[in-house]
Amino acid sequence: MTADVSSAAAEFARRQQSPLQRIQHQLHGRPWLSPLFLLFVTFVAFFIATPTFLTANSMGILLQQTAVVAALAVGQTLVILTAGIDLSVGAVMVLSMMVMATLTKDGGMPGVLGLLIGVALAVGAGAINGLLVTRINLPPFIVTLGTLSIFTAIALLYSGGESIQQEHLPGLLNALGNDFGIGKFRLTWGIVVVIAIYAVMSFVLSQTAWGRYVYAVGDDAESARLSGVPSKRILLAVYTVAGLVYGIAAWILIGRAGAATPNAAPTANLDSITAVVIGGTSLFGGRGRLIGTLIGALIVQTFDFGLSQMGVNQQWRVLATGLLVIIAVAIDQWIRRVKA
Amino acid sequence: MSDPILNVTGLNKSFGAVHVLHDIDFGVYAGEVTALVGDNGAGKSTLVKCFAGINAIDTGQMFWEGKPVTLSSPAVASSYGIEFVYQDLALADNLDITQNMFLGREITKGPFLADGEMEAKARETLSSLSVRTINSVRQLVSSLSGGQRQTVAIAKAVLWNGKVVFLDEPTAALGVAQTRQVLNLVRRLADHGIGVVLISHNMNDVMEVADRVAALYLGRVAAEVKKSETNTGQIVELITSGRSGTIGLPAATAVQSA
Ligand SMILES: Nc1ncnc2c1ncn2[C@@H]1O[C@H](COP(=O)(O)OP(=O)(O)OP(=O)(O)O)[C@@H](O)[C@H]1O
Ligand SMILES: [Mg+2]
Repeated sequence: MTADVSSAAAEFARRQQSPLQRIQHQLHGRPWLSPLFLLFVTFVAFFIATPTFLTANSMGILLQQTAVVAALAVGQTLVILTAGIDLSVGAVMVLSMMVMATLTKDGGMPGVLGLLIGVALAVGAGAINGLLVTRINLPPFIVTLGTLSIFTAIALLYSGGESIQQEHLPGLLNALGNDFGIGKFRLTWGIVVVIAIYAVMSFVLSQTAWGRYVYAVGDDAESARLSGVPSKRILLAVYTVAGLVYGIAAWILIGRAGAATPNAAPTANLDSITAVVIGGTSLFGGRGRLIGTLIGALIVQTFDFGLSQMGVNQQWRVLATGLLVIIAVAIDQWIRRVKA
Repeated sequence: MSDPILNVTGLNKSFGAVHVLHDIDFGVYAGEVTALVGDNGAGKSTLVKCFAGINAIDTGQMFWEGKPVTLSSPAVASSYGIEFVYQDLALADNLDITQNMFLGREITKGPFLADGEMEAKARETLSSLSVRTINSVRQLVSSLSGGQRQTVAIAKAVLWNGKVVFLDEPTAALGVAQTRQVLNLVRRLADHGIGVVLISHNMNDVMEVADRVAALYLGRVAAEVKKSETNTGQIVELITSGRSGTIGLPAATAVQSA
């Protein structure tokens, strides 16, 4: 009886909604819908604007360009899900890359060993971020702003500011840049690794207790602690796993760039944050999905790639990316205002 | 008189320079409802969080069934079978009802969550509490009303078949019918042998459901009395002035604390 009345009331409320409110409601339940729509619109727009855009060749290049940002954005998503932010993504990746390359240059060290040390260093760098956030209770923004400068400086000092070309590096370090064909597509092994990272981490986030704790801590670390969630340990683990991902991204970057360059990927921080935000993950923590981030990374790169194919110069592309972030966050705010 | 299943002696707790709890002796008895009363800021929630291991205590010793224990975290407390409904409920808005009820203690198969099993148990628990105000255990907590949230927090505590349950103002946001249900539940839990601590500002509820009443006054236990040996007027006096006739804090202490 009561149930009938309340469902009738709900039905009435539904009829009262304008089409816009209904869209708002749908997007609230499926945060990845709006980025998917945006990606679709972007594709259609560039398809109309440039005839060469939607070719197998172009798409292959687009995916290769997306790989590094998409990888970094996985770590960034984890951190942002806990209501943090990581400004040191690019710095950790470049430091890890320079260490890998310098150690293995001209047969100095076996590739496997250099790779492992480089990745381990990235893990350590992530753990340092995590320790500063959890032990000294500094805001993630401040911690990673500091480590951004520190890791960047160490990478420059350590490498002497010199690039190392791929001819001087062992095959293993270049391996993720090697490509193979599926039909007319040329895909690199780096893309395969990125897809694997997304698959594994999506699964961990949605199917394990650890993943659930990441969301709970992002919503409210203190009330998660009241429920018995070891909030600080989860936070530390998030930053450490993010470091691991940045280490793998370093490996992908060497293959993609064909060299280890200490001033590589200057827009990595901004691009990774943009990908996460456009992908529907809330900067306030606790809400978002990795699939959204992947779509977000594709949008960022599609924009850049499409505009460059149209002959738009670099500055305008950066400007467009900036606009994209603001629009995406505005949409996110609008969706959050949905009446439950 | 039986021994308490859980008790603390000589508990002191400060936050920085603020001394919130003074020399607290407090016990929970199996099969009884102990009402913990006191004015706003008297220290009730602080004491509850000491038992949860959220607030580390400065001095004092806790005992479980007479044996000294250290309740250092919510996980340790729950390993003894001590459950809590916190005043601010401590629910995760972005998770659904089932996920909240099992948060921190998920059922897993190998490394993976056994969501179906948890969902079934959540539904079972809610129906055993004869909750009819919640349609789906998959609803996000952010979409629930204040009363529904409180119901979920209570169900979360009951789910685990604890031996002691602390309820910090569990009826504060509830309507008449829901309050009735919670009071009945509190009584039913005690009748099943569970030690219940009920914090409430509602004297009618306290007098109806409690077996004993502990009154906190400015962070001190003013008195612990049996319901059968007290009345509403006396409890209100204990709450407001720390003493009532011959019982309560000595006049000097009451004044000095104030
Ligand atoms: N984490 C904290 N840091 C500093 N002071 C605190 C903290 N928690 C509680 N207090 C202080 O301890 C005192 C007791 O607070 P508590 O929440 O235990 O009161 P209460 O009896 O539960 O009151 P109410 O009936 O309003 O819920 C208050 O003066 C409060 O300001
Ligand atoms: Mg309180």
